[in-house]
Amino acid sequence: MTLLAVNDVTVRYGRLTALRGITLTIAEGEVLFVTGPNGAGKSTLLNAIAGVVPAISGSIAIDGAEVTGAPPEQIARRGFSLVPEGRNVFGTLTIEENLNVGAGMRADKQQVARDLESVYHEFPMLAERRHAAAGMLSGGQQQMLVIGRALMAAPRLMAIDEPSLGLAPKIIDQVYEILVRLRAQRRLTLLIVEQSSTRAMMTGGRMILMRGGRIVLEGEAGDMVKDERLKQAYFGFGDH
Amino acid sequence: MTELLQIVFDALSLGSLYALGALGIALIFGVMRLVNFAHGDFIAFCVFAMLWPSINAAAIVFAGNLPFYLLIPLLLLVGAALSVLSEVIVFRRFRNANPATMMIASFALGFAIRNFLLMMYSSRPKSITLWPRLSLPVEVLGARIPMLQVVTIIITLVVLAALTVFLKRTRYGLEMRAAADNFTMARMLGVRANGVILLAFAISGMLAAAIGLILATNSGTADIGMGANLMLIAFIATVIGGLGSVPGAVAAGFLIGGASVVFQATLPHDARVFRDAFVYGAVIVVLLVRPQGLFAPKSAKQRV
Repeated sequence: MTLLAVNDVTVRYGRLTALRGITLTIAEGEVLFVTGPNGAGKSTLLNAIAGVVPAISGSIAIDGAEVTGAPPEQIARRGFSLVPEGRNVFGTLTIEENLNVGAGMRADKQQVARDLESVYHEFPMLAERRHAAAGMLSGGQQQMLVIGRALMAAPRLMAIDEPSLGLAPKIIDQVYEILVRLRAQRRLTLLIVEQSSTRAMMTGGRMILMRGGRIVLEGEAGDMVKDERLKQAYFGFGDH
Repeated sequence: MTELLQIVFDALSLGSLYALGALGIALIFGVMRLVNFAHGDFIAFCVFAMLWPSINAAAIVFAGNLPFYLLIPLLLLVGAALSVLSEVIVFRRFRNANPATMMIASFALGFAIRNFLLMMYSSRPKSITLWPRLSLPVEVLGARIPMLQVVTIIITLVVLAALTVFLKRTRYGLEMRAAADNFTMARMLGVRANGVILLAFAISGMLAAAIGLILATNSGTADIGMGANLMLIAFIATVIGGLGSVPGAVAAGFLIGGASVVFQATLPHDARVFRDAFVYGAVIVVLLVRPQGLFAPKSAKQRV
């Protein structure tokens, strides 16, 4: 069943066209990696789905419901949770408060309390420092916190923008290990922007390669990594 | 000793007013990055709301005759309504504009409110008597302190305590703090932008009404420009406190109030007329030493 359908979406920042007619779908339970060089439009794609940047044409639907042009809070309430690039923790709030903001739109308080415990179980470091200001955490810890916070929203589709950016390899392994486990446990659908295609291959799933605001290649992550066109896309050879 | 106590009470009550004003500015700045220069005019509007429109010098009191338990809620409602209407009619249209544009919009709104009052009430200050018993002195540890000062300080402490509980312990308070920290991120977690902003405006408007009541009781006059000076100092307090920091704004409000009173008491007699110059001089020194403000939250800066 299709959870997310992006149909021919174009986004412009002033005179710069960041997305040129992107079309993609994600089925429930699937993992989709988005890769490509800097400036390919990967983050713009996530922001357009989240409702943070407007699409000038095309349409976006989550679970069959049209959300094109809807404000971010409404899209979040449809079950889409974005972990944006740059680890946007609420630095002035405590760790626990950060997690509670994530759960703010949920009515079932008992389930929220259970989820809070499970996030603490998953990230014990967060539990230890639950009353510390989130701004004091290290980069890796902040990445754990924003993933935990996104989970507190009980999303059906979670998008993560460059989870490995600026993190030590050991921490990246940890982050992916947790993502893979969460996916299995919660039937979570994942949309991950990732520069490292080997990371995508190790995790498995589908992969799209973006360049210049377009999808130029699409396939299984394992096959794509072997594809010469992937390297060409990064280094600018070939006919693009 | 009693003289010192007098100074302490003067400082605390003046600081209270500045703190309440700074709070009203800081709350809106927090969620919207808007410095609302119409805030001073909100204060004046609330005071004039107690009078019938007339151009005579003798004010015809209208709502001002109500018993306090009706007058206070009514005026808080007027303040909240004016503030919320300003957001819906004016500021909402500038939501994505840059801060300078929003600030100019707030100047324009202030102008409109001031001239509306001018049309309805003329420019003459009007005398207004609210609760004359509050100007009687009470004895505190041997010093004779005007009752109003004591009431002002108590009201401010109650407001600060209530607001702290609201911000720290309620869901809406949490959402407001999250929105002040990172508005887009808060929205992406389902925090409703309009709700949070309207709430901030409503609270800010109620604070303006409270200040209006205190100023009117204290001075016994309703003057169209009565909020302007306070607004200016409240704005400075939010800057010194570290823009975006609500506790910082409150603390800086008390600091400026304290500095004014201390300068007033200690400057040589001939220099007292220049008290404000000394206060602003101190402000400049503070900003030279700490351009980010005294209480800019350390935790807000992200570690890399």
